[in-house]
Amino acid sequence: MAKTEKRFDTKVQELKYKVLREVARIAYQSDNGFDMAMSFNDVAKVIVGPKPTMRCCIYKERAIVGERIKMACGGDKNNPNVIEVIDIACDECPASGYQVSQDCRGCIAHRCEEACSRDAIYFDENQKAHIDKSKCVNCGACAKVCPYSAISNYKRPCEKACKVKAISMREDESHAAHINNDKCISCGACEYMCPFGAIVDKSFILKVVDMLKKSDNNKNYKVYAVVAPSISSQFRYAKLGQVISAIKEIGFFSVVEAALGADLVAYKEAQELAEKGFLTSSCCPAFVDYIKKTVPKMAEHISSNLSPMAAIAEYIKQQDPTAKVVFIGPCTAKKKEIQDERVAPLVDSVLTFEELQALIDSRDIDLQSLPEDVLDNASYFGRIFARSGGLADAVRESIAEQGLECEYNPISCDGIEECRMALLKASKGVLKENFIEGMACVGGCIGGAGCLTHEANKDKNEVDKYGKEALEKKITDAIRVLN
Amino acid sequence: MKVTVCIGSSCHLKGSRQVVEGLQSLIAAHNLKDKIDLGGKFCMGNCQNGVSVTVDDQLFSVSPETVESFFQNEIITRL
Repeated sequence: MAKTEKRFDTKVQELKYKVLREVARIAYQSDNGFDMAMSFNDVAKVIVGPKPTMRCCIYKERAIVGERIKMACGGDKNNPNVIEVIDIACDECPASGYQVSQDCRGCIAHRCEEACSRDAIYFDENQKAHIDKSKCVNCGACAKVCPYSAISNYKRPCEKACKVKAISMREDESHAAHINNDKCISCGACEYMCPFGAIVDKSFILKVVDMLKKSDNNKNYKVYAVVAPSISSQFRYAKLGQVISAIKEIGFFSVVEAALGADLVAYKEAQELAEKGFLTSSCCPAFVDYIKKTVPKMAEHISSNLSPMAAIAEYIKQQDPTAKVVFIGPCTAKKKEIQDERVAPLVDSVLTFEELQALIDSRDIDLQSLPEDVLDNASYFGRIFARSGGLADAVRESIAEQGLECEYNPISCDGIEECRMALLKASKGVLKENFIEGMACVGGCIGGAGCLTHEANKDKNEVDKYGKEALEKKITDAIRVLN
Repeated sequence: MKVTVCIGSSCHLKGSRQVVEGLQSLIAAHNLKDKIDLGGKFCMGNCQNGVSVTVDDQLFSVSPETVESFFQNEIITRL
C-alpha cells in the first residue's frame, strides 16, 4: 500500500492545529462563542494527557495550552503584529552564541585571544580556549581566525530563520525570543522553524466562525472564500474539488480563486510598468512591508496595484455590497495586510491553510468522502502566481496580450534575501532589471508559513499542473467580465 | 437595465465567458452600452442550470449557443 500523504510537516503544526480545531469546535456549538474560563479544560484535555509528552510536567503543558488558546482567540490586542512569542513556551532553547567546541586543539598560537577585543577568551590547564560569557559580545572575531573552525555560533532556530534580523533575545531572566515590530515583516519564517512552537501567528478563526454563524446559511449576507492558488499544493490526501466542497460545507456561499485577482493584477501591472519604466510588485505583503520598513527610499516604486486577494475582494464587494470576504491562503503576512486602510474594507478576515484544516475538522467533515466541486475562473498565468517566477511570467504575457510598447527585463527574487539584494542595487541605481518580482518566502507562496506541508519541487509541479488545467489560457479572457 | 452573468466556477466551466463575450458584442453592435449595465457575480445558487443570467433580478439559463436568441427575446424586448 502506498504511504498515506502526511497532513503536516511537523508535530508543532499539528499541536497548533489541535488547539484551533477544539476552539473552533466549541465556538460552533455554543451560543455565546468561545469563553476561555468556561472551556479551557475541554481544550486542554484533548492536548495534554495524563503523562507529559512535550514538557517537564503536565502543569506546564497545560499552561502553554492556555497561551495557545489565547493566540487562537486573536492574541494580544495591543500588539499590532500578527506574529507573537509565547514566552513560557520559549525558555527551553539554549542561546549560547559563540562557543568553543571539542575541536579546539589547545594550540599555542592563541589567535582567538589576540582577535578578541573584549578579553573574553581564557585557557584552561590543557591550553584549550573558553569564552567568558560575561565579557563576550558575540562579534565572531575569534571564530573567524581559528584555524580549526573550532568556534561556532549557536544561534536559535528562530533567529537563524529570520533573515530581516527582527529577532533578538530578551535581556531579562527568561531570555525568551523577542520580535522587533519595526523590522518584522510577519512572514512567519521564525514560526515555522521554532522547534517548540513558541512563535505563533494570531488566529482570527473565531471571527470567521462568528461571521458564518451570523450569516445564517448566507441568508443575512453572503460569505465568500477567496482561496490562494497555492491550495493546489496542499491537502494532498484529498482532491482539490473535495476541499472546495468542504469550504462550502463549513458555510461559505461561494469559493473564488484569488488567481483571478492575480490575472487582474498582471493586466494592470503591465500597463503601470509601460507607463513608469521601473516597478516592484505589490502582491506579497511581507515584501511590501520590507521595502517600507527597511528600504523606504524604494517605496515610491512599489506598484500601486492592490494584491490579488484585495483586487478580487474589491470586485466581489462591488457586485455584492453586503458580502463578507475571507481569504484562505498560505500566508501569515496577509493577516497584517488586511490592517492596511486600503485593504481593510475589502477583506474581512484571513485564514491560513492550517486554520482551514482545523475548521474543516472541527465540523467532523470527512474530506475524502465529499463529492468534488469545481474551482475555475482564473487563467494559467493567474494561477502560477503561487510560485516564484510566476508573477514575472504573467506580466510578460500581459504585455504581449495588450501589445504594449515596453521594455521588460524582470528579476524574480526568491525569498527575502534575494529581495534585499535587488532592492539595494536598485536603490543605488545599479540594478540592470526594470521589474522586481518580490516574494518573501523561498519558493514563493508555496513556501508560506501557513502551508500544511512544504515540499518545494513537488509543490511547484502541483501549481504548474493546476495552472495548465485552467479553462482560460489568456489573462484577457479570464478577466473579460471584470473589466 | 442590469444584466448579470454568473461567473462562479460551475457556470464558468459551462461557458459563462463565451456568454459574456456574446453579450458584450451584441450590446456593442446594437449601440446599447449606455442602457445596459453588464456585470458578473460569483454564484447565483443555480449551478445545475447554468449559465445563470439575471435581467433585472429575473433568472434565466443561457448557454453560449443560445446567447443571441436570449438577447433578442429577453433583453431587446424589455428595453
